[in-house]
Amino acid sequence: MSKDHIDVNYVANLARLNLTEEESSTFQRQIEDILGYINKLEELDIDDFEPTAHAAPVYDRVREDVAKSSLERDAFLNIAPDTINDQLKVPKVIEEL
Amino acid sequence: MSLASQSITELRKQLTAGEVTPLQIIDDLEKAVLASDSEINAYLSYDFDKAREMASNADLSLPLGGIPIGIKDNINTLGEPCSCASQFLVDSYIAPYDATVISKLKAAGAIPLGRLNMDEFAMGSTTGNSSIKRTNNPHDLDRVPGGSSGGSAAAVAANSAIATLGSDTGGSIRQPASHCGIVGLKPSYGRVSRYGLVAFASSLDQIGPCTKTVADAALILNVISGPDEMDSTSLEVDTPDFTKNLNAGVAGLKLGIPKEYFTEGMDPAVREIVNSAIDKLRNAGAEIVDISLPHTEYAVATYYIIAPAEASSNLSRFDGIRYGNRAEQSGNLIDLYKDSRSAGFGSEVKRRIILGTYALSSGYDHKYYDKAQRVRTLIREDFTKAFEQVDAIITPVCPHAAPKHGENSDDPLKEYLEDICTIAANLAGIPGISVPAGVISVDDRKEMPVGVQILGPHLGEVAVLKVAQEIENFL
Repeated sequence: MSKDHIDVNYVANLARLNLTEEESSTFQRQIEDILGYINKLEELDIDDFEPTAHAAPVYDRVREDVAKSSLERDAFLNIAPDTINDQLKVPKVIEEL
Repeated sequence: MSLASQSITELRKQLTAGEVTPLQIIDDLEKAVLASDSEINAYLSYDFDKAREMASNADLSLPLGGIPIGIKDNINTLGEPCSCASQFLVDSYIAPYDATVISKLKAAGAIPLGRLNMDEFAMGSTTGNSSIKRTNNPHDLDRVPGGSSGGSAAAVAANSAIATLGSDTGGSIRQPASHCGIVGLKPSYGRVSRYGLVAFASSLDQIGPCTKTVADAALILNVISGPDEMDSTSLEVDTPDFTKNLNAGVAGLKLGIPKEYFTEGMDPAVREIVNSAIDKLRNAGAEIVDISLPHTEYAVATYYIIAPAEASSNLSRFDGIRYGNRAEQSGNLIDLYKDSRSAGFGSEVKRRIILGTYALSSGYDHKYYDKAQRVRTLIREDFTKAFEQVDAIITPVCPHAAPKHGENSDDPLKEYLEDICTIAANLAGIPGISVPAGVISVDDRKEMPVGVQILGPHLGEVAVLKVAQEIENFL
């Protein structure tokens, strides 16, 4: 990957997406266009400015540490794609040695 | 006249005087939805029987007692679908809790009624990215309602909702409000809790009302505002009564006109409507001041780094494990993630996730994400300086009236550039409203509505609403 070249299939893998051949060629073209436009920001000399992460800066707001009941477990289990013994079921993630 | 075509303010008067009942409102609304929504397609679902049950117990002494409010389909309402118009969630996800805005609406006596169509995960400006149905503009069915809160705006415009909630990340309340000829308000960042709003770009998202009148928007803002321990970005600030002093007039107010918002590519007819509103404000006693927001031309580029970057992170939760779409028979966990996400997400969502992942990836984060955050500082400072000089800023909402379906669908960059007038407010966290200001003629002798945008300083909704009320009074 050259410095300014996006390989959409490589990035899609990082984002846990599969792309069809048609998607990958369309996205490649469209995202290159968008990145070309975004390069407009290179015109600005901004190293002296602090980044803004939050439009109304408030930091480290915490609520009082009081125990209270959480949301209903069944409401969450009912919308899960697969459950077993009141737990979420997932494919095997540990391989045998 | 059908009760469905009235404003909250009018209905509240009749409800408290005992002239109408909440059940009559629900009945009229059902008739209106059945009569028009097969053409408009604003609603994804509704449950009028449940609404009647709530209406029969409505406490009319509360500020929104007996008033049904439609909800954009990305705001969780306990026991109802919340699909974000995505195949990833449709038919499988039922909200297990109420968003804070829904709890607040219910506590104020309102009845959440109906789920409204939107661009998938709020990504888009036409509602054409909904994976479920196409919503049409009530003023011309061949045109889009705008987006992403297109269903929320179209239902209010078609009188198939009294008022609705939408969400605005880069203009998604204000732009469809302009295209549909209604009032749409994006509150200041931190004014309204985001708890229970499905996150798109967390530093930009804000929930707000779509209404028939400015007074209705103020009334809903009164109810949904306030700090919330479930959203650490909600602000510990007092909520003024936004409905007070709406009619105080604009005499003595300084209103800024930023030249950068009147772009070359703008439709002259839109420009004329905005200029005419400015003239009327001047005649009403406002002092009109030319101002400059010099970094406006960088807002779109900045937004299309920050919003996709945050989206790529937020949407990683849709992995097929806990809820939503899970692909069958995927070999291992990584394949399950990939197969579930690839089948569940539409093109625009995939495009933005890829763009955002790239902007955050090792070696590129400084070039893109960090840089965009620094330019965001410049854009915020433009507004800070402007509001030292003026009380509010008047601009167009969009350079054009609502386009026809599919006009820019193969050219996402062209569609993004149409957001030029709305996205800076999200980057700066300031409030903005779109209020109807006139209509322009398009082909076939049809007339399309055009709104004017009023921007205020952070937490400056009172001034924004006052100017909006003045413009509403002109019409």
